[in-house]
Parts: sequence; structure tokens; C-alpha cells
Amino acid sequence: MATAEKKSHALAPDTLKDFLREMLLIRRFEEMVEERFRAGELPGFLHVAIGQEAVAVGVCRALDDGDVIASTHRAHGHTLAKGTHPNELMAELYGKIEGCSHGYGGSMHLYDVERGNLGANAVVGGGLPAIVGSALAFKLRSEPRVAVAFFGDGATNIGTFHESMNLAQLWGVPAVFVLENNHYAESTPAKQQLPIDDLTKRADAYGMHAMKIDGQDVEVVYHAAKKALKHARDGKGPVFLHVETYRLTGHYIGDPQVYRPKEEVRELRRTQDPVEKLRSALELPDGEWEAMEREVAEIVEGSVEFAKAGTDPKPEDALKNIYA
Amino acid sequence: MAEKLLVEAINDCFHVELERDENVMVMGEDVGRAGGVFRATAGLRDRFGPDRCVDTPLAEAGILGTAVGLCMAGWRPVCEMQYDAFSYPALDQLITHVGRYRWRTGGGMEFPVTIRMPYGGGVRAPELHDDSPETYYVHTPGIKVAIPSTPADAKGLLAAAIRDPDPVVILEPKLHYRTLRGEVPEGEHVTPLGKARLAREGTDLTLVAYGSMVPLSEAAADALAGEASVEVLDLRSLKPLDEEALLASAAKTGRVVIVQEAPRVAGFAAEIAAVLAEKAILDLQGPVLRVTGYDVPYPYWQIEDAYMPSVERVVDAARKLLAF
Repeated sequence: MATAEKKSHALAPDTLKDFLREMLLIRRFEEMVEERFRAGELPGFLHVAIGQEAVAVGVCRALDDGDVIASTHRAHGHTLAKGTHPNELMAELYGKIEGCSHGYGGSMHLYDVERGNLGANAVVGGGLPAIVGSALAFKLRSEPRVAVAFFGDGATNIGTFHESMNLAQLWGVPAVFVLENNHYAESTPAKQQLPIDDLTKRADAYGMHAMKIDGQDVEVVYHAAKKALKHARDGKGPVFLHVETYRLTGHYIGDPQVYRPKEEVRELRRTQDPVEKLRSALELPDGEWEAMEREVAEIVEGSVEFAKAGTDPKPEDALKNIYA
Repeated sequence: MAEKLLVEAINDCFHVELERDENVMVMGEDVGRAGGVFRATAGLRDRFGPDRCVDTPLAEAGILGTAVGLCMAGWRPVCEMQYDAFSYPALDQLITHVGRYRWRTGGGMEFPVTIRMPYGGGVRAPELHDDSPETYYVHTPGIKVAIPSTPADAKGLLAAAIRDPDPVVILEPKLHYRTLRGEVPEGEHVTPLGKARLAREGTDLTLVAYGSMVPLSEAAADALAGEASVEVLDLRSLKPLDEEALLASAAKTGRVVIVQEAPRVAGFAAEIAAVLAEKAILDLQGPVLRVTGYDVPYPYWQIEDAYMPSVERVVDAARKLLAF
């Protein structure tokens, strides 16, 4: 059954400031992505996770070095939080060789093999089976590592989600399934796509240990993720970490969001912004906040400069790396 | 060399390859305790343990997706799809991920996975146990495809697939699992991918075939003895394709009939015909002809013989071409 997780003990202010800085970096990075998209520099389809930064940071900061993640189509935050440099990420969005997927992947196929990022995924639910396989590999080799899947509420309706939950629990593999429940599958609200109110029941159906938490409080996310990871690492089987969160923007950049009232977004921005929440909880002096903003802005602007100065791939590069 | 049935040669290959490399593992439905519905994996669980011969739930996308994760951690999984048409749920993982990862990661990830399945008709089974789905696999970038027609090649091509750094799909003619016996080399035996086999030499006309259509083509060549000297080219590997062997045979005989069990439109025979049109047009004495299945679901047993290419249909096509 689900258990409501509360803060068990407070993190040191410096640690929380570090989390705040990371969340702010993700926020400003994604705002820059929106801006560059609107300026016509970034073509294609881009999804930002503004409002969900505490999930990416809280979970990724709880990981050990050897742990791996699989991300979603809303992947910039997970990727940055797992340690990919903003330069490499921005260069990927600009389609440059210097990008983390060498300009082959783009926003929805971000990889960083060295840092244990097994990839973003344009197909909803697509990365889940691979996480089960990675976790099975860790178990078979008795390695104390955990594989973590991020996915949304929409993904819990897809076949690979159910196959993965079943296999993971059956084999007792060290995996953590992080459900980022932002209450919308693209444009479809929960009540139109889900026959149950509480998605934690999805885990109950497989006999999987589950936790349900507030995803707008990074400290809560961090502590819950630590517990879930320990459970998995100790050989007690997989964990379903149900995180309640909010997407403060559209499904994609440019989404007119006709499916929800403007008031809803305004209210969410006022009450559920994880960056603002942590900033006020920390009672950060204005000077310190402004310094943090300046530092982050410099990194983000630097990433755009780095990306623009990058190397364009040649058409013949598309013919490489199909086979060994 | 010992005489073995085709399915015994596959089983022999598994015993040799799992002994040779401790990273090789087998997974699929009923492959462990039951030894597979066709007994291809018999004895593996007892000899190598349940971690290297994994019984899975009925979940093809989950099986192949799990194999993706296992590959990322250094395993060389061999996934059994119980029947040809049961592989379609796994196309989700194959098309969206397995064939693309190496490319997306700029060569950063390697996927030495083998997917094998019994394919084809002639065994009086209902429709979804008789398909010839090779075209779906051949058409997917990043995937290699091989189809043996003899016990020796069934062993050798599977060994090549297991050792290959890329994803390889092996389709095994289930009609011949227990109806075809032949000499099989003892111990390690590898048939390289991308090399066709001249099953029979001739000078007047070439029958191009693969899998279960090779013995049929040889029977057709026998039936034409006295009228024409017929060459039979067993492609063995559809991708990579041995164009050199194909073009050499076309240049020698000047007449080509392609025999394919799968439905006609956009089948692999069409690809062979296109290669000949592009590269052998001046060598040809007449049109390239195809003998194929029909563009219908595979029919039930009362009429399946009318669907399957027969010796008579192949002989008719050959005579038509010889008289052109």
C-alpha cells in the first residue's frame, strides 16, 4: 500500500542551496530553450518540464555513481541533474557534433552513457523495459546498483509499463519506477485517460512496494528517493515512487493549452512552483538569490554560445554507426 | 561430423556458445524448464542455470526490452520469440529502439542481441503460427537478418549472430525443424553473415531462395533435370546481402526466378529483383520472375498448400522464363 512520506530529517542549508541552484539552472536552461525556439533557432518538437524540476533534482541527487536512469520525452531536467554539462545538452539541441548524442538524437534522444543516462525516449513508456533489463543485469552480477525509470501518468496506460512492472516484481530486480504524475497525458486530463483516481494502485496490482509523495518539495523527493533506492539496493525488490507534480507550461513549446483554463496555470504557478517554494523556505537573502541567478544565467548563456560555435554534422555522418 | 536434425543443430549451437562465453544467455517463453516448445533450448537450464536460461512471462516487448537493458550491461542475450507472429509485439522495441541505439548514441552503445524465432508454414497450424515476417526485419535499419536452410547453417548462422556486435534476427524454418537432417560440424561452428551458399550449380537458370524455399527449389531443379541445368542460390543472409554471389549467378545463367513464401507485395523477392534490375540488366535473357505467397493472411490447413509456393509453381515459372 501507499504510504505518505514526510520529511524525516532536514538537510543542511548548504545542500538545499545546492539543490536550489541546480533547479534554477534547469529552469533557466529550459526558459532559454523556449526563447531560442521562438527565435527560430531550434526547430523540431521540444518539451520542457518547467514545474517538475524538484523531481529530477531530488531523485538524481539521491543516486549513487553507478546507478542508471532512463528518461522521457521531457528530458532536459533529468539529463542535467544526472550530470551532463549544459554545453553538451544545448549543443545537442542545436544538432551539433559536440552534443551529448553527437547531434544524432536531439531533445527526445539525449544519451550520456558515461554518466549512466540510458536515454530519453520519444515513445512514451519506451525506456521502461530497458530499465528492467539493466536492473536484472545488476542483480545477476550481484552489483549494488539501481536502475531508475522516469515516466509520466500517460505512460501507465501503455503495454510496456505493465510488462515492465510485472517483470521487475517477478524477478525482484533493483529498479525504481518514478512516476511523475503531472495529471496530463499530453493534452488529456487524468479523468479522461485514467479509470482510477490513485495511480499507486497500479503498483498494488503487481504487489510492488509503493510510496506517494509531494513532488514540488525537493527535500521530500530526495528523502523518498533515498529510501526507495536503499530498498532496491538491499535486494528487497523494486519500488514504485509515485510523485505528484505539476507541469506549469504546455505539453510542447507553443502549446496553446486550450484543454485547461488559464486560471489553473496561474494558480499552479502561484502555489506549486518548486523553485519558489524552496527559495522562500530557505529565506534566501535577495543578494544571494541575485548572485545565484547571475551565475546560472552565465552558464546558460555560455551553453548557447558553445552550441552555436559547434560543428555541424555532414550528411554522410548519417550513414555511420548503423552497424559496428 | 554427426547427422543432426535442424532443431538439434540449434540446440547444439546453444550448448557450445553458452559454454564458450559466460555473457551469452537465453530468454523467452518456456525456454527453461520446458526446453522451448520445439526443444531448441533443451538442457540449457540444467547445464547453465536459471540465470542464463531465463523463463519469461508471455510479454514479447518486455522480453526484447529487457534484453536491451542486459546488452547495456554487457550481456549477449538471445531472445526466443515462440512463433513468427508472436514477435509482432516485440517490433515495438525492435523498431523504436534496438535498431537505433547505436546510431543515436554515435556508436556509444552496443547491442549484441540475437532474436530467433520459428517461421513459415507447412505445419498445419492456424494463421498466426505460419507467417514469414522477414521483410519487417530487413526493412528496419540497424538490424541484420539471416535464415538458415540446412542443419549446419542453422548452427553456424546462430553462432555468428550470437558473436556479432549488432542485433541479428534469425528466422528458422519450423517446417524443417524435424524433417530435415544433415551433417553438422562438431564444436564451434560459425557461418559468416553476408555469405550466400551455392546449393546447386547450373548454367541455364538460377533459383534464388532462402530458408524453407531452398529444399523446395532443389526439388524443382530435380524436376527440371533433362530440360535445363538449374542453379540454386541459398541467400542464407538477407541483410547483409551477398550481392556478389547473386550478381555472379545472374551473369552466369542470365535467368532468375526468386522463390519466397511471404506475401508478394514488397516482399524480399522484390528487393532482389530491384538489385538485378539495377546491376545485372545487361546479363539477363528475360524478365526476373517471382514465385511467392499471396497477399492474404496465411490460410488454414485445408487450403494452405494452395498458398505455399510449390514445386509445380516454381517449375512453371522456370519453363516460362526458359521459353522467353
